[in-house]
Amino acid sequence: MKTKPMTRKATRHISQNEGLIFEKSSPGKAAWKLPPLDVPEVDTAKLLGKQERKDLGYMPEVSEIEIIRHFTRLSTWNYAIDLGMFPLGSCTMKYNPRVNEFVARLEGLANGHPYQPEKISQGALQIMKTLSDCLLEITGMDAITLQPAAGAHGELTGMLLVRAYHQSKGNARKKILIPDSAHGTNPATAATVGYAVENLKSNERGMVDVAALAAQMTEDVAALMVTNPNTLGVFEQEIHKIAELMHAKGGLLYMDGANMNALVAKTRPGDFGVDVMHMNLHKTFSTPHGGGGPGSGPVAVKKILEPFLPTPVVITKPDGALGFEYNRPQSVGRVRAFYGNFGMFIRALAYIFANGPDGLRQTTEDAVLNANYIRKGLEGVYDLPYSTPSMHEVVFSDKIQATKGVKTVDLAKRLIDYGFHPYTMAFPLIVHGALMIEPTESEPKEELDLFIEAMKSIAEEVEEDPQFVLDSPHNARISRLDDTLAARKPVLRWKPENVG
Amino acid sequence: MRYLPKSPADRAAMLQAIGIRSVDELFSPIPAKFRLTRDLAVPRQMAESEIVDWFKQRAKENGEGYTSFLGAGAYFHHRPVVIDALVQRGEFLTSYTPYQAEFAQGTLQAIFEFQTMISELTGMDLANASMYDGSTGAAEAVMMACRITGRHSAVVARSLHPEYREVLNTYATHQAIPVKTVSFTDSGQISLKELEEAVGEDTACVLMQSPNFFGTIEDVEAIAEIAHKRGALLIVSIAEAVSLGVVEPPRAADIVAMEAQSFGVPLGFGGPYCGVLATKEKFVRQMPGRLAGQTVDKNGKRGFVLTLATREQHIRREKATSNICTNQALVALMVNIFMTVYGKVGLRELAKQNLAKAVYAAGQFGKHAKVLFAGAPRFNEFVVQTSEDPYAINSRLLGHKIVGGLPLKKFYPELKNAALWCCTELTTRSVIDKAIDTAVGLVAESERSAPSMKETEEHEVAR
Repeated sequence: MKTKPMTRKATRHISQNEGLIFEKSSPGKAAWKLPPLDVPEVDTAKLLGKQERKDLGYMPEVSEIEIIRHFTRLSTWNYAIDLGMFPLGSCTMKYNPRVNEFVARLEGLANGHPYQPEKISQGALQIMKTLSDCLLEITGMDAITLQPAAGAHGELTGMLLVRAYHQSKGNARKKILIPDSAHGTNPATAATVGYAVENLKSNERGMVDVAALAAQMTEDVAALMVTNPNTLGVFEQEIHKIAELMHAKGGLLYMDGANMNALVAKTRPGDFGVDVMHMNLHKTFSTPHGGGGPGSGPVAVKKILEPFLPTPVVITKPDGALGFEYNRPQSVGRVRAFYGNFGMFIRALAYIFANGPDGLRQTTEDAVLNANYIRKGLEGVYDLPYSTPSMHEVVFSDKIQATKGVKTVDLAKRLIDYGFHPYTMAFPLIVHGALMIEPTESEPKEELDLFIEAMKSIAEEVEEDPQFVLDSPHNARISRLDDTLAARKPVLRWKPENVG
Repeated sequence: MRYLPKSPADRAAMLQAIGIRSVDELFSPIPAKFRLTRDLAVPRQMAESEIVDWFKQRAKENGEGYTSFLGAGAYFHHRPVVIDALVQRGEFLTSYTPYQAEFAQGTLQAIFEFQTMISELTGMDLANASMYDGSTGAAEAVMMACRITGRHSAVVARSLHPEYREVLNTYATHQAIPVKTVSFTDSGQISLKELEEAVGEDTACVLMQSPNFFGTIEDVEAIAEIAHKRGALLIVSIAEAVSLGVVEPPRAADIVAMEAQSFGVPLGFGGPYCGVLATKEKFVRQMPGRLAGQTVDKNGKRGFVLTLATREQHIRREKATSNICTNQALVALMVNIFMTVYGKVGLRELAKQNLAKAVYAAGQFGKHAKVLFAGAPRFNEFVVQTSEDPYAINSRLLGHKIVGGLPLKKFYPELKNAALWCCTELTTRSVIDKAIDTAVGLVAESERSAPSMKETEEHEVAR
């Protein structure tokens, strides 16, 4: 390997090897201990007959210290927000406050059973009510459900509401309009509720083409699903006109709230004409991504959609106590058992409390400031396909580097060597070879400077030695993995014969 | 604001570098009339100590210090403390979906181990990385069965969790999947006779639960035979994962839609939990959700990646197998650690304790009241029918800081004064005895002063 200047952000360090847990297993080792049984032993064979299970197959047998080491070693192979900037565009990888984790684990909240009587559930209900009120104020909407388990689940709920609304008017309509810049969950969701998807082309500024929309908007269209700011990080400046166009033909405006981190305390979707939207508590409201979940995707609506919200909803009873209301004849029904990802409600509310109105505003301003600082720092070094002002994220392309045969994926892999998680690559689809960068408010200036320095250095490497970048990462635990092999001959579980 | 890492001087320097005077300029794309010029009406910024206090108050108002006999899809088991010690490591807690495999091997290997253990426990060939929960997982499994069979209707057991059925109805309505419901017999098991009649040439799948909502273990093989003979798939939902330690897994099923909350996930007032789908190898390409697979790097070293992504929404968009994106990774990690702690022997011993406690409690109840569905094997839940309204019994128990079984009237009016009771390894004999004394020991007395309609209504409200 050639000598390259080491980065200021990261350096190599020893990392422990660790096999699969099954490879450590040996009969007789145990990490568990049950208390003595205080009721008579039972004869399982007699009780269960042919339903008795006799063998648990290849389940591991290991001790507690091995478990601690196993998962601790694995953890060190991950990158994380706690280690540094995680510039994934549209994912809003912000700091996950530790007080959130602490309060979510308080005895009465962590051990609350979903079916315990309402009389002894007032604490949980109060949390749901307070969070609902805060989210309604933040979005400018009228009513809300916290039930959806994630963003895409919120979209599904939102589309069900759209359908129920139109059905109540006698015609469910046929189509959902979706801009070509949209996240993949939008068309997938529309299809899941039985709508046809019609693509809406973006204009040369990366925004919804309002003239095209006017032409495509008919009484067959149930709704437009728009992300605002969109996936280019661009605020849809004519959003109110879009809303008017939709409403004029009886359609609804759905907003994907994935990018709410650009808007909180600065503007409210309810004020600019949105009828229904979801939020991602795991993005905007700091609940941890946890390696891919759990999320939480509350859906907020205007008054006209309230009757259709999933059951149950939280209500205040005449005596002032909180409770669940199940009797809602126009409801779309349940989208999940129980009440949603309650643990995430606690965390999101703790985040809102820690911020207050001033903190929420400063957060949004810093998020947008950070993205624009990166944009300024990298403009010219990387191609900026849309010069439209950026909000909380900026999208470059690999156009300049591609002339040397280096693509966005290669730049991303090289960024790992510099101690940064890659940006979102190859998305949105309307930018060929996209580098989608969202720093969030959580980055100090020093970290942003290191990132800009790393990206500039990589651009220089592409000029001098493109092959070196193509072969990256060089400093990761492993080199590039063979995705094709993984998909062609899927090995999705361990078996003794495929050891090594 | 204590989470924001910038001084006023930093902000000024950055504005200068960008070439603007005020951060407001960055918000100029928002039309002026939609810019918020006031403070949001949310609570003022709070100190950490205030936040902790506020939530401690809420925790106190939330059943803190009560002993509960509730199960019904959410179970109170001991959570080994290593779980929270490990899942709170920042590298797990604050990482993202492992799309960048070289920088996320920890999460990927953990998912691979999770998939392996779930496959072993369910008796299936393979499992995915998780779904939102048991209810949505079951609904997704039905849609998966429709894709596999090319058929468009489903048959569902009435002994499947009522809220799972509600969720399925929500999903199925807009997919134009008619759903037929099959009732249960006096043993609490699916009526095979009704099932025979319900499954037809257009049936994509039979969806059932075992142990079912009443805690009764179903005869999966007999049901599978009926489904398969007509070309339908069998989906088995498992809500109480601990049962797998001692109950034969549904090997005859085509898809297992499991809720793994019992494996180390806090009750948390209903979520987040951990759904997971497991299936036969031949159906993998129709399975929704993320999958980790083993591969090698350029130097031949073993590594793991997310694979078969061509099923997923970010590639296939409206043609994807599901719209699911975020799943329950961190909760799946809790489940993973739990399974590793108990392992091959511990899980069986744990399940046996659950079984023994339920057998004892059901036996004690049987002395005073009717324990329904006696004709079939059970795991850790059982249904008790009383002459007194279970809401009234529960009101009395609450006074002793005991939460009684779940009254079933709301879900199964035909079962009248029945309640679903659950015991786990954490339910002590003394609590069982005390609960029974309080619940049925006083029946005679309370029957003498039979509750008025008004009181009954109040108990309903208390639910």
